[in-house]
Amino acid sequence: MQQNAPSSEPIVSLRDVQKSFGSLRVLDGVSFAVARGEVLALIGRSGSGKSTALRCIDRFEKVDGGEIVVCGHRVDRPDVNLRALRQDVGIVFQSYNLFPHLTIEQNITLAPCAVKGMASSHAKDLARKVLAQVGLEEKLHAYPEQLSGGQQQRAAIARSLAMQPKVMLFDEVTSALDPELTGEVLKVIEQLAADGMTMVMVTHEMGFAKGIADRIVFMHRGKVHETGPASILTSPTTPELTQFVGTGNLKS
Amino acid sequence: MGGHLNINHLMFLGQGALWTIGLSLIALIGGGIVGFAIALARISPLKTVRIASGVYVQLIQGTPLLVILFLGYFGLAAIGLKVSPLVAAGASLTLYVAAYLGEIWRGCIQSVPKPQWEAGEGLALSRTQRMMKVILPQAIRIATPPTVGFMVQIIKNTSLASVVGFVELMRSGQIVNNSLFEPFAIYAIIAVTYFAMCYPLSLFSQRLERRMGRGGSNLAPA
Repeated sequence: MQQNAPSSEPIVSLRDVQKSFGSLRVLDGVSFAVARGEVLALIGRSGSGKSTALRCIDRFEKVDGGEIVVCGHRVDRPDVNLRALRQDVGIVFQSYNLFPHLTIEQNITLAPCAVKGMASSHAKDLARKVLAQVGLEEKLHAYPEQLSGGQQQRAAIARSLAMQPKVMLFDEVTSALDPELTGEVLKVIEQLAADGMTMVMVTHEMGFAKGIADRIVFMHRGKVHETGPASILTSPTTPELTQFVGTGNLKS
Repeated sequence: MGGHLNINHLMFLGQGALWTIGLSLIALIGGGIVGFAIALARISPLKTVRIASGVYVQLIQGTPLLVILFLGYFGLAAIGLKVSPLVAAGASLTLYVAAYLGEIWRGCIQSVPKPQWEAGEGLALSRTQRMMKVILPQAIRIATPPTVGFMVQIIKNTSLASVVGFVELMRSGQIVNNSLFEPFAIYAIIAVTYFAMCYPLSLFSQRLERRMGRGGSNLAPA
């Protein structure tokens, strides 16, 4: 699956990241790095801290300690340029979060026009291009509520792609979808991986993670419990991961 | 004037009704502008701004409009500012309406789901861009029915401006009655006139609400 050889400088790196919500320690010294072109899957039980770790990368959560560097931005520092960071990082959410008052085209062109100052005609061409990438060209003028969940999520991916991010984050993007619709979204993500996009994804789809990820990070109680290539899912070394993949999570 | 109710009396009442509409518009526009600022201040990232605007809202909502009108008219005169009844009534109603619309609109802005803010943030939109292009367009849809409904309150409340000598519908009715002494007939006319102004707005508000309900929440599942 890996197309480009990972360069020495990681796109995303977390070092000893600490994060608490009140007295609950959600991240307890989390470290991992993602190289250019690499696909990293964050897996683990609910409450293991995987979604929080992902959200810290785009600074939707502020960390209490440790170091996060994303595309050269020191995300852990209070003076980080958030708008510059978020032009380099695309994020796709579980609940799609398309803007319901705008058409799909307007959803996609909004940020390129407003943030990058792109001309409207140029942005519309771009919208067509990214929608073609996710197989939704015919939905250009539809409103989000007219689309199925899977289509909405693909449109949300297209919206994120239009900002030409250097790394994309996926936060349980198929968890709100039934299995039939999950497939069409996963296919889009697979294509992105094949095109060499750097990606970090939180997922419950173990079969998918196994097929697409260059590396797996298994989180347990706020720590990176086990990490390695996708093969660790079939031959885990820790009892926790053994139990996690053994509970019927590894399908297909 | 004197004798029986005639066309001149009705014309006078009609003029009063026009001033009621005029004063309502002043209150709505002035209160809308100030209220919008209040709504934004209530959700400001700055704590002092949030507190100051919150205090304003509580003060106004905890004071009868009648008292605000007296303060506006006699209070300003007492400290040497002579204002006309129109200015006093317009300013008092503006302050009053702003406190209520500010709270209604704050609620509407906050009822736009938080993930919509996050989606805007994730796309690198600035706070102003998120507010203008993502949140407000959705909040305005939510705000329209309660705002139209509140306009009914504004129209009825302008009748209190009669106490500072502003000749709107209520005051013109009092003046006509002073010469005719037919209070029941005259105040019945006044009541019907207010009703004729308010009822269409009530209906309109209800219809907007139903339409919003039918349109359904087009929010993605959480």
